[in-house]
Amino acid sequence: MLKILKYSFYDLMRSRWSYVYFGFYLILGFVLLFLNNNVSKAVITLMNVIIILVPLIGTIFGVMYYYNSKEFTGLLLAQPLKRSTIFLGQYFGVALSLSMSLVIGLGIPFVAYGIFMSDAIWDFGLLLLTGAFLTFIFTALSFNIGLRNENRIKGFGYAILLWLFMAVIYDGILLMSLMIFADYPLDTFSLTASMFNPIDLSRILILLKLDISALMGYTGALFQKFFGTSLGIFLSISVLALWVLIPVWLIRRVARKKDF
Amino acid sequence: MIEIKDLHKKFGKNEVLSGVNLSVDRGKIIAVLGPNGSGKTTLIKSILGMVVPNKGEILLDGKSVLGKWKYRESIDYLPQIANFPHNLTVKELIRMIKDLRKQKNVDDNALIKLFKLEPFLGKKLGNLSGGTKQKVNILLTFMFESPLIILDEPTSGLDPISLIRLKELIYSEKEKGKTILITSHIMSFVEEVSEEIVFLLEGKIYFKGSIAELKDKTGQPDFEHAIASILTQSYA
Amino acid sequence: MLKQIIPHICLVVLLALSSSNVRAETIRVCKSCEARTIKEGVRKAAAYDTVLVEKGTYKEVDILIDKPLVLKGENYPLIDGELKGEIITIVSDDVTVDGLFIINVGTSYTKDYAAVRVIKSKNFLIQNLVLEKLFFGIYLEKSSHGRVYHNNIIGDAVEEYNSGNGIQLWYSHHVDIENNIVSRVRDGIYLEFADNCNILNNTSSHNVRYGLHFMFSNNDRYENNTFENNGAGVAVMFSKGIEMYDNVFRDNWGTAAYGMLLKEINDSDIVGNVFQENTVGINIEGSNRVTYRNNDFISNGWAIKSRGACYANIFQENNFLYNSFDLSYNSKLNDNKFEDNYWSNYTGYDLDRDGIGDIPYRPVKLFSYVVNNTPESIILLRSLFIDIIDFSEKVSPVFTPDNLVDVRPKMKQIVHDRN
Repeated sequence: MLKILKYSFYDLMRSRWSYVYFGFYLILGFVLLFLNNNVSKAVITLMNVIIILVPLIGTIFGVMYYYNSKEFTGLLLAQPLKRSTIFLGQYFGVALSLSMSLVIGLGIPFVAYGIFMSDAIWDFGLLLLTGAFLTFIFTALSFNIGLRNENRIKGFGYAILLWLFMAVIYDGILLMSLMIFADYPLDTFSLTASMFNPIDLSRILILLKLDISALMGYTGALFQKFFGTSLGIFLSISVLALWVLIPVWLIRRVARKKDF
Repeated sequence: MIEIKDLHKKFGKNEVLSGVNLSVDRGKIIAVLGPNGSGKTTLIKSILGMVVPNKGEILLDGKSVLGKWKYRESIDYLPQIANFPHNLTVKELIRMIKDLRKQKNVDDNALIKLFKLEPFLGKKLGNLSGGTKQKVNILLTFMFESPLIILDEPTSGLDPISLIRLKELIYSEKEKGKTILITSHIMSFVEEVSEEIVFLLEGKIYFKGSIAELKDKTGQPDFEHAIASILTQSYA
Repeated sequence: MLKQIIPHICLVVLLALSSSNVRAETIRVCKSCEARTIKEGVRKAAAYDTVLVEKGTYKEVDILIDKPLVLKGENYPLIDGELKGEIITIVSDDVTVDGLFIINVGTSYTKDYAAVRVIKSKNFLIQNLVLEKLFFGIYLEKSSHGRVYHNNIIGDAVEEYNSGNGIQLWYSHHVDIENNIVSRVRDGIYLEFADNCNILNNTSSHNVRYGLHFMFSNNDRYENNTFENNGAGVAVMFSKGIEMYDNVFRDNWGTAAYGMLLKEINDSDIVGNVFQENTVGINIEGSNRVTYRNNDFISNGWAIKSRGACYANIFQENNFLYNSFDLSYNSKLNDNKFEDNYWSNYTGYDLDRDGIGDIPYRPVKLFSYVVNNTPESIILLRSLFIDIIDFSEKVSPVFTPDNLVDVRPKMKQIVHDRN
């Protein structure tokens, strides 16, 4: 698998999209820091970007890479390689190169600005970790979409829909149900519901850092326990890891049965 | 060498292979023929493990290959459409395939010379013409020493000189005792190189035997007409 | 200003008078001195004498000081009340208590035992005390014109019902409370019916209930104090003419925790304070004609929560930095004025480059309404969906008061002139 990963990674490192992505984060980082001149504010803006944009780019890029590398895949399938090796190698190649673009692209401006001297270093580190998680999750989901849809247009459609659902629609539905069932105790429900959406989960992970004062204003005992102790961070990160593992396992499963 | 038993494959509602039984002996050149959509490529891809059959068994040297992958070390495959990753150069592609197959005795330089590919080695695959790509394709297939060679439409896009070189290659591989499986639409090519033909029709083997036997069976004087008569009969 | 200085002048004049008119003696207290116990020392002393307590441990309670004198400790002698009751009770004017280490004040559910209690006296000075294991610390009852200076009160309170307050004023006026450190008691500093007091440079932290708590106490000044990590922050109720300058309210987290709770506070000034990382920076109920100027609200859950019945308040030149919500309002009416503040959440522009944003800022978000009604929805904070509904509300306000805007939002953070 490492060989495939290596070739996919090299292939991507040469494609202009990786540079566009890398460049985008580099510029974003510099603009945020040097226009605002304030690390805290930059971290907050960055959070919005990461929560929304990273999943979008992960999905689109993942689907695009899957369809574009079909020939490569065909070539590899006739070689003495395990199927899961091929797809997981490609997946990790994409996810790794995207995460690296993100981490290095944002890292350079922040390091140049002196993040190591700042209190915001932990917030920033958490932000990058979350970004990397989201990249791995949404690339895996998009590979699943690609594997299940031969038709590119359909695949892209589903990918966009997936993103739209996770980033916007899900929260809309959640808010509606919270308002409709406002008479019932809802803290378990709202926390559980958030676990089923990796974007919400990452958002909460970041809220734990940025908005803990507001979160502590809610009375529910579960909220208090979740946000007040390290349980919140621990649980969020574990579930995010599950969100990577399950789609990856699905990639393996689908790849084993699929015809090419 | 190859033993196929009762092979079934459906794509959705469309049954492409419906009970194919076939055995191929070592050291033979076999052509798989049939009209479009008769299941030639599906059959080949089943042997390669790229298509997962619904039912049936494929044995290679007496061992089942379904769900396995190591056996592909003993197969060289020339795919029908030569599509390669666009960002790689020819040289890198050769190096990569060598790296992935882990075979030691690789004879790529002779083949590069044979097909005059030297000027293209540093070029990206995305910028090559169809014919040149096919040459690279052939190079990748023939540079390894595997007992089974599968060629899916090997002649497409080739100029006459390269075609001659290809035939020479096929003969020389046969000399080494290899088994070669070919599909092609070019009847003259098939007639020239193959010793035995397998004719697929509607997911079943309609005929298996030598070209002479086929002519006998259909009562046609030449190969091309023999094939045509099968088709007109079946569609009549 | 003059009003605030008067008590100081009085005190200085009185002290000067007392020392010049009377020839003061010094009575030493130690194991081998003329007085073996503090009580004995006090009994032997004449008015305006000094009782000097040498280093050692004195197991005494109910030390009654009924004449003007100075009770001074040398190298912090320890007075151990053995949980029996009140330790020092002052019932005379012109008493100074200085440099004692007092522990083990008795706890009672019927009597408020204090380490030091001043009853109906004037011109007292209580300074440099260290109080530990206490019930009530320094209790001023119907006393005036005194000073509580540089004391360190360290309680070990866990529950509200069986703990007392650090410094308590009850029907007392013209008292200066300065440079004290109070922690882990029920209320750090508590004032009830205490007018014209100055509360300066104190630190009150980790208290079970309030860092500072006052009711029915008018015309007081609070300056340069730090209140942090208190159970419910600071509660300010039913008072008027309050001046709060340059205090810090920090890290008060919890469902009912505020940097500051204002209830029925009128005609007051809240200037130059810092509210940082509180669940609610200021919770305001029924307060009128209060001026909020040059304050910093940093990283609070809600910078300001207005619970209604607040009229004619002015919010001017404050910094609102990275709060989850800048302002929450529970009515559609607004009679308060916001202007020239800096809001870090402001996204407008300044084309004419005058440092003032060209479009007004709406500090109340729709989502703060949603959270008021459905508290669990806080979990959707900063979601794209929420941003979208907030944006649509911003474009055409339906739920938020239409006129609640800062028409002159600053483009740059305001640098306050603090000294």
